[in-house]
Amino acid sequence: MRWQDDPVLRIEHLTMRFGGLTAIDDLSFAAGRGDITALIGPNGAGKTTVFNCITGFYKPTEGRILLHTGAPDVLQETESLTRTGRRWLKQERGALYLLERMPENEVCAVAHVARTFQNIRLFGGMTVLENLMVAQHNALMRASLMTVGGLLGLPGFRRSEKASIDKAKHWLERINLIDRADDPAGDLPYGAQRRLEIARAMCTDPVLLCLDEPAAGLNPRESAELNQLLRDIRDEHKTSVLLIEHDMSVVMQISDHVVVLDYGRKISDGTPEEVKNDPKVIAAYLGVDDEEVDQVEGEVGR
Amino acid sequence: MSTTGTHPAQPSRLAHAAKDALAAGLIGLAIFTPLVGLQTVQEPSGLVLNTRFGTVLALAAVAAAMRFVFALLMSGEKGTRLADRIGASVRGAMPSGAGGRIGSYLGYALLGFALFLPFIVSALFTSSERYLIDIAILVVTYVMLGWGLNIVVGLAGLLDLGYVAFYAVGAYSYALLSTNFDLGFWICLPLAGILAAFWGVILGFPVLRLRGDYLAIVTLAFGEIIRVVLLNWKDFTGGPDGINRIPRPTFFGIDFTRGEGGFADFFGLDYASIHRIIFLYYVILALALLTNFVTMRLRRLPIGRAWEALREDEIACRSLGINTTNTKLTAFSIGAMFGGFAGAFFATRQGFISPESFTFIESAIILAIVVLGGLGSQIGVVLAATVMIGGFEVFRQAEEYRMLIFGLLMVVIMVWRPRGLVSTRHPSVFLKERKAVSADLVAQGEGH
Repeated sequence: MRWQDDPVLRIEHLTMRFGGLTAIDDLSFAAGRGDITALIGPNGAGKTTVFNCITGFYKPTEGRILLHTGAPDVLQETESLTRTGRRWLKQERGALYLLERMPENEVCAVAHVARTFQNIRLFGGMTVLENLMVAQHNALMRASLMTVGGLLGLPGFRRSEKASIDKAKHWLERINLIDRADDPAGDLPYGAQRRLEIARAMCTDPVLLCLDEPAAGLNPRESAELNQLLRDIRDEHKTSVLLIEHDMSVVMQISDHVVVLDYGRKISDGTPEEVKNDPKVIAAYLGVDDEEVDQVEGEVGR
Repeated sequence: MSTTGTHPAQPSRLAHAAKDALAAGLIGLAIFTPLVGLQTVQEPSGLVLNTRFGTVLALAAVAAAMRFVFALLMSGEKGTRLADRIGASVRGAMPSGAGGRIGSYLGYALLGFALFLPFIVSALFTSSERYLIDIAILVVTYVMLGWGLNIVVGLAGLLDLGYVAFYAVGAYSYALLSTNFDLGFWICLPLAGILAAFWGVILGFPVLRLRGDYLAIVTLAFGEIIRVVLLNWKDFTGGPDGINRIPRPTFFGIDFTRGEGGFADFFGLDYASIHRIIFLYYVILALALLTNFVTMRLRRLPIGRAWEALREDEIACRSLGINTTNTKLTAFSIGAMFGGFAGAFFATRQGFISPESFTFIESAIILAIVVLGGLGSQIGVVLAATVMIGGFEVFRQAEEYRMLIFGLLMVVIMVWRPRGLVSTRHPSVFLKERKAVSADLVAQGEGH
């Protein structure tokens, strides 16, 4: 299994408490490199909290969140890096990032983990193209020599600005929004806004893309298009995907690996097929104890 | 209010309007009795209290009657539609996308007018030349301040109620540097800008995590702290006496004085005191145009786009790897820098400054210019500053009614165009065509 042999993300003993409430309780799992990993569970299971911990929006109470790129032997440095108190280790053969120590903007800018939000967060008053340009802020900022070069109109900046526009165009063509590039993002229909948010996250060149319920509110056709888009992201752009999803057709069709949460604990972890038949998962979704599953299933006529 | 249909609702509408009118009349009585009903008259025996209850009753009756008519017209579905229609017809009078091409032509026309203004004025209004150019200088100063504040409030969406503090820092920087160290205006100008930018960063740090009302209160307090320090640090700033004999600007080393070596002598002109005024006008115009140029340029750079993205959604910004701390601080410091430039100009123009010139009302006027003009709109700031500062002068003959007219004008503009005179946003980059973004979609940022 790739998530055991070559994980891009490893979550170890993650615990998040809000006052007396334990939202995540000693959670450990891994996401394989080049996999689409789905994080599922009933409402209130703590899925979005896990996302917020990974992407730096929350500081976990306990635990380690390790992102690894490059050669596997860099992983040997994990313990020594953790002891130093530094946030990351970059070597020629690869890099390690301790995401739990990084603020949210560094998680994206340094560790290259991008995310989308459950309630779409686009820049509604800016055009579709501008949204994708904002996503390339850090690269453009370097190219404009921290604004000074851009203010003087140096050719280097103009070249990289053109490259950014080309990249944005590529993504707009990919998500079928090229004709609406100059329209405000707030004017787009819901499904298009979802696609645009994913394209915007991809414009930051992520190693790991975290999607919070990307299929929510999509019709079946849009949902099928989304599946294709996510597969392409995995296969063509070599970006690993971690997604929270309630739509089981999306989860079962595209994910390589499914992790199930309930009350902040992991109750199942495996391929979609394994998870689907796990009595614990069925019990959690039906809201009953493990022993009663057969009885309840009989009642609901499965 | 009854909505069960027009006919059965008729009596209830009448009753409602009557109740409304009665309430208005009572409020009118309560207000007019002390204001109009009681009058003190100076007589040989001392102060005598006159009563004018007849007038009070008449005024209250007028208020009640007007309220009655208004309530009848505006109540019920018909009234709502009427109100909508009035609003729509008023709005229709100006093309909704008043920006766009019309906006840019207007911009060039205004620029041309501004460049030749002193000549137009001296040709047409010889007698009031000095007065008119003085007003023009004042208007352009406020245009510049509005443009500076527009970076913070309009682009980055951070409500700043203490902008006058940077104006004060700029003015005192120039005044102190020039009187203590004999430095010239052109050397002090960048120094004043740098010092103001530095104070912008100092203000920026504590407010990084604040939003909405809290941000407004802290920036307001900051403005007042600066003023109070200037007022009380007597050894350094002269306290309430201020600083006088601030050197006048020179034409690159040539003084505007009569006689040998002066500006008029050097260029072989007859001496006239207006030369210096015209020169001051061009200095502030150049500074304002620099502000505009830099702002327009920055908007198309990643930093400007990050400011606007910050106004739209700060959390999304952070998720895209944008360092919002730096982004906010640059907005504060660049906005403050232009405030500092304007302050240095103010000091050299007046020749005398004191903390009185930097009260909260100044911040409020500058903010009103930005809001009235339309957040983020450069041409809107010009229009609003002309209306607010120029209009204030035009109504000088109206004497005590000036504030009333002024207030009414602001209310009318805000009813007519709630998002400011020019409320559409122009994208910073486009593929095929630059379409204006309607104001309804543009977020107003924190604290609005």
